[in-house]
Amino acid sequence: MNYKKLKKARVIISLLFFALTASLFLDIYERYANDTVHEILFLQFVPSLMKFISSLAIGAIGFLIIIAISAFVGRFYCSAICPLGILQDIFSWIAKKRSSKKFFYKKKRAYPILRYSLLGLSAVALIFSFSSIITLLDPYSNFGRIMTYLLRPILVVANNGIAALLQQVEVYSLHPVKLVMAPWFIFLLTLATFITIGYMSYKRGRLFCNTICPVGTFLGLFSKISFLKIQFDVDNCTKCGKCIGECKSECIDLKNFSVDHSRCVDCFNCLAVCEDSALKLSTPGSKTTTQGDKSRRNAIATGAALLIGQKVLADIKPSKDTSKLIEEKRDHPVAPPGALSIERFNDICTGCGLCVAACPTQVLQPAVMQYGLKGMMQPHMDYISSGYCNFDCRGCGQICPTGAILPISIEEKQITQLGKAVFVKENCVVYTDGTDCGACSEHCPTKAVNMVPYEGNLLIPEVDQSICIGCGACEHPCPLDAPYKAIYVNGNAVHQAAEKPKEEEQTTAPVEEDFPF
Amino acid sequence: MKRRDFLRTGIGASLLSGALPLFGGLESINGMPTTSSYDIAAVRGGNGADMFDRAIEAIGGMSKYVKPGQKVVVKPNIGWDAPPERAANTNPEVVARIVKRCKEAGASEVYVFDNTCNKWDRCYRNSGIEDAVKAEGGKMVPGNTESLYKEVDIPNGVSLKKAKVHKMILESDVFINVPVMKHHSSTRISLAMKNLMGVVWDRKFYHSNDLHQCIADFCTFKKPDLNIIDGYNMMTKNGPRGVSVADVTNLKALIASTDIVAADAAATKMFGLQPDEIGHIKIGHEMKLGNMNLEELSISKQKMA
Repeated sequence: MNYKKLKKARVIISLLFFALTASLFLDIYERYANDTVHEILFLQFVPSLMKFISSLAIGAIGFLIIIAISAFVGRFYCSAICPLGILQDIFSWIAKKRSSKKFFYKKKRAYPILRYSLLGLSAVALIFSFSSIITLLDPYSNFGRIMTYLLRPILVVANNGIAALLQQVEVYSLHPVKLVMAPWFIFLLTLATFITIGYMSYKRGRLFCNTICPVGTFLGLFSKISFLKIQFDVDNCTKCGKCIGECKSECIDLKNFSVDHSRCVDCFNCLAVCEDSALKLSTPGSKTTTQGDKSRRNAIATGAALLIGQKVLADIKPSKDTSKLIEEKRDHPVAPPGALSIERFNDICTGCGLCVAACPTQVLQPAVMQYGLKGMMQPHMDYISSGYCNFDCRGCGQICPTGAILPISIEEKQITQLGKAVFVKENCVVYTDGTDCGACSEHCPTKAVNMVPYEGNLLIPEVDQSICIGCGACEHPCPLDAPYKAIYVNGNAVHQAAEKPKEEEQTTAPVEEDFPF
Repeated sequence: MKRRDFLRTGIGASLLSGALPLFGGLESINGMPTTSSYDIAAVRGGNGADMFDRAIEAIGGMSKYVKPGQKVVVKPNIGWDAPPERAANTNPEVVARIVKRCKEAGASEVYVFDNTCNKWDRCYRNSGIEDAVKAEGGKMVPGNTESLYKEVDIPNGVSLKKAKVHKMILESDVFINVPVMKHHSSTRISLAMKNLMGVVWDRKFYHSNDLHQCIADFCTFKKPDLNIIDGYNMMTKNGPRGVSVADVTNLKALIASTDIVAADAAATKMFGLQPDEIGHIKIGHEMKLGNMNLEELSISKQKMA
């Protein structure tokens, strides 16, 4: 086998997967992400697993294919498909280019206790539906958040800059896109994750993948017993050490002529660099001794102190005298249409941020503590600062790779009640100022918020909760500042079916005369 | 005078179709004008585009408003992600015909935009206006980010003293306002004056600072050169967004005037309402932004077969 070509093929496949996956999160013009997402993300391990568990979808067997591949050839997933793995390879590649060391990597020992503890913790979290652990550790979701909350804003700013320049010369082919930043806490957490993973990979290659990532550890269980393995041909080896210098997983042991296959990510760099045909990809057999792994036990680590969360509240300064206004009381946050219930949604979502990136109105934003600790970084409907749910859109359910948001039909979406609008008359400008407003009713797609006669010529909102779908079209434009909105949506813990607005007869002209003047 | 010049120079054969009723003996209630044009033109019974041609003819023809080489901005209502038959947005055929006539009159560029309520690109697309405008050689301009707006002082405003106005409005030579006739839950009806809320950035200010007064105040800063109220389809209830086509009646009407208050007053009557019942129209009249007393104005009333 020509190992140089094998490595080249791995690099090409990985760059392809990386570019396609990244582009889904960076599709700021909403051109294609919705149509291609399920093909592109089919093989992503955790999304596929979550979808399989949540909906028993036959189409969601990508993770089984990955397990099969791992059992056949090893952790090819980690090198060629996992976007976070490929991102780390980019950092390692730069580090290696900049380094003057002859042998960049050295053989290092594994950290079995840590990695198997984290795998065990993830398994327990999966069984007991404490998805925060998965959210924090899943490589795909971490990659998604890096794209959505860090890179996408940079792209938007760059796009807006270029669009503004083009507009100076009256070219309107690019247009500005609304820049929405994630809440500070989420932004900083993502940035910290990015810097940590980036630093680890810059210094020590796939250290993250072989100590922290539960997917890597899990697939390592299969790669250890895989059909094809990278092995030494001891007779040919000159102990030149080039393979060790290339090994991002730091898992080649030249003393014992062994490779720690649980850590090997199938990058094939060692194969490509070996000029003595001392390394080969073949079935286990002759001349090699594998070191027994002593700690197979999945010790369950205690004290996952990763979750020190602090609610970061935006500094809201109401412009009006608020002493007489009533503060809102929300029983639940609002989960996106297709979530079915907050509990179900919280169990499945891994907070990858793809729906946040794809939401055309950007009403979907990562939660800080709105859902509690369990739902941190999962999207919720942020009607106050971001927008409201477009009546004719169901994009989040179509794009969600885990099935946390199910792809419901548009007819179903338009009667799915995410919450109920609550009108607070005491806060309404019609009541406080005695002037017309009605912004809430204007935007309401079902006219659940209707304007009814008030004092004199004035009209005041009235809510019919039976036809309200909780889309937030009333709350968002309400001119008052939170938490004193005159109308707000109180989330439903379990989504309900709203009644359809009454279908009336087509109206006739209000006046019969052709020209009533 | 203007009309004769216009016919003599004969800017385009296509415009003659608009001029046909003058010769065809169709109903023209006040008789054929000789020298001066009308204050208001009202047309019934045709499709949106042809009614526009009739109306613009009656108030002097397009060349009265658009001179060769000028930049024109057309501001329809594109506020909602809804198809044309819902009448939540201006009829795309009317907008397209206006763009076409502007181009024929020699406009160097015709720009169309709105600061939409729903997601802007969906509104542009699903209203049918984007395609219609592009087909006639007009340009769709976004209105979705604050950077496109520039703050201006409105010294004569009572409530609205400052506003961020879309640069297109500030930089174009000709401003054509093309609202659709709609019921409106906040202001009762939404016509030409109300449509101008779509050229400013911050609408929340209007809503919390005496909506009707703010709408009228804006007109002290800038009045459109021409107001075309599209009533081909009229939303009679559940406005301004509407819930279904059941909210719409096929009125087949169009009103044109340079006087924004007068145009609104005439359209108001189509709803069976009186102009002084509508806060901003009444205030506009009182602030002398225009004349809502229709009996003091000359109105061309034409009915198409």
